[in-house]
Amino acid sequence: MTVPRIWRKIPQYYNLIGKKCQKCNSLYFPPRDVCTHCGEINLQNYKLEGNGEIITFTVIRTPMPDPEGEIIDIPGRQIPYIIAIIKLDQGPCLTSEIVDCSPGEVKIGKKVKSVFRKIVEKGPRGVIQYGCKFKLI
Amino acid sequence: MTVGIVSWGAYVPVYRIKVEEIAKIWGADPAAIEAGLGIKEKSVPAIDEDSVTIAVEASRNAMKRSSVDPMEIGAVYFGSESHPYAVKPTGTIVAEAIQAGPNYTTVDMEFACKAGTAAIQICMGLVKSGMINYGLAGGVDTAQGAPGDALEYSAAAGGAVFIIGKKNIVAKINHTLSFTSDTPDFWRREHQHYPSHGGGFTGEPAYFNHIISATKRMMKILGTSPKDYDFAVFHQPNGKFPSRASKKLGFTEEQIKPGFLVDKIGNTYSGSSMLGLAAVLDIAKPAQRVLVTSYGSGAGSDCFDITITDNINEIRKKVPPVNDYIKDKKYLDYAEYSKFTKHYLLH
Ligand SMILES: [Zn+2]
Repeated sequence: MTVPRIWRKIPQYYNLIGKKCQKCNSLYFPPRDVCTHCGEINLQNYKLEGNGEIITFTVIRTPMPDPEGEIIDIPGRQIPYIIAIIKLDQGPCLTSEIVDCSPGEVKIGKKVKSVFRKIVEKGPRGVIQYGCKFKLI
Repeated sequence: MTVGIVSWGAYVPVYRIKVEEIAKIWGADPAAIEAGLGIKEKSVPAIDEDSVTIAVEASRNAMKRSSVDPMEIGAVYFGSESHPYAVKPTGTIVAEAIQAGPNYTTVDMEFACKAGTAAIQICMGLVKSGMINYGLAGGVDTAQGAPGDALEYSAAAGGAVFIIGKKNIVAKINHTLSFTSDTPDFWRREHQHYPSHGGGFTGEPAYFNHIISATKRMMKILGTSPKDYDFAVFHQPNGKFPSRASKKLGFTEEQIKPGFLVDKIGNTYSGSSMLGLAAVLDIAKPAQRVLVTSYGSGAGSDCFDITITDNINEIRKKVPPVNDYIKDKKYLDYAEYSKFTKHYLLH
């Protein structure tokens, strides 16, 4: 991700700021501009709580190569790491990493809470992208 | 005007490595090392943790415990030897993560293991002068010890954060003072990964002289003696130094024990004395008195005389205590530890 794109996504990455439809109260994460339920365009920022449940998950054992040829320290050094689809208690689903546990400890249906971690760190010179990940409760 | 601690928050990563496991790699006698350092195991940051993520977790705990509006925080200061950026302040990321700002000032603080307590002093000054309503002062580190060096057994990760203000104080800071000199006992030159140290020189002229002088001066100015305090916290580079310093000063084991964490998590550098204070606040009762003396190589000590107020019981239980973080742990072997601490390069 380019630096401006990382910067624009800070509210959603750091604090799970999504959107709430002012007409039908639907919640969206990641944020979107138009409500898919009722077509409303008046959507306001809404901070989601960081509690949820694992819907499904996979274990990444081969990290993706970086298109720019940089060494991807994070998540590269973390393999094997766990990527899960998490359903937040308030409704929206998101894809994130499950940390502080081994693949064997993760099960569908387990409860998780959000934590603050490094998301991407490329080489020793790049900007560090921070944000929410999840850990088992 | 009364200034003090409005709230506190702490964080220690979940991973640990035993001193025994490190000793095995270098052919050292584990029992001798454990006894010599007074440390059994130390905390290790996860691969995706650094001083910023520790600062955010501790700050979020401090915010959750208080009813302070993040927009009222006028200063954010973090002391660390391991700020992830050489240029770009840790406080900018932390403030964003707790939804403070943009009307605050920040700067990275550095003074070996005592920059966090210096941050408390600076916030006290800003609050007292009326420049800010609340300041966030933290000490956080992911300390590095070179493989095979004596520091490898103790260099750990963790941190604590204090909200300093004048309203709804849970711990009144009665007085603070510092004792500082040019003493090169431990340093790290620009662009170096690991610090260097003067071995035995880190003892008498460095740690002991500064801790003891600062503490004695505090008690002289206030006309107090060790028996006036319910708790005392001294910087904990290992298990031996703080025990010896406290004995020399006349404090008892019971006064030291609640804030003594180094045997279980190692030396969290800028986090060390601040995590000790956080652990004391987790259990202290109204009207009890606490003495805290930090130490930073180079060298200096900051000393604080603190009295707990009636407000503490209201907010204490809102966040898990330091002890919960200490008990929640997963052990690493040395190979995993090497992967976690970047002892080898990728590709
Ligand atoms: Zn709608």
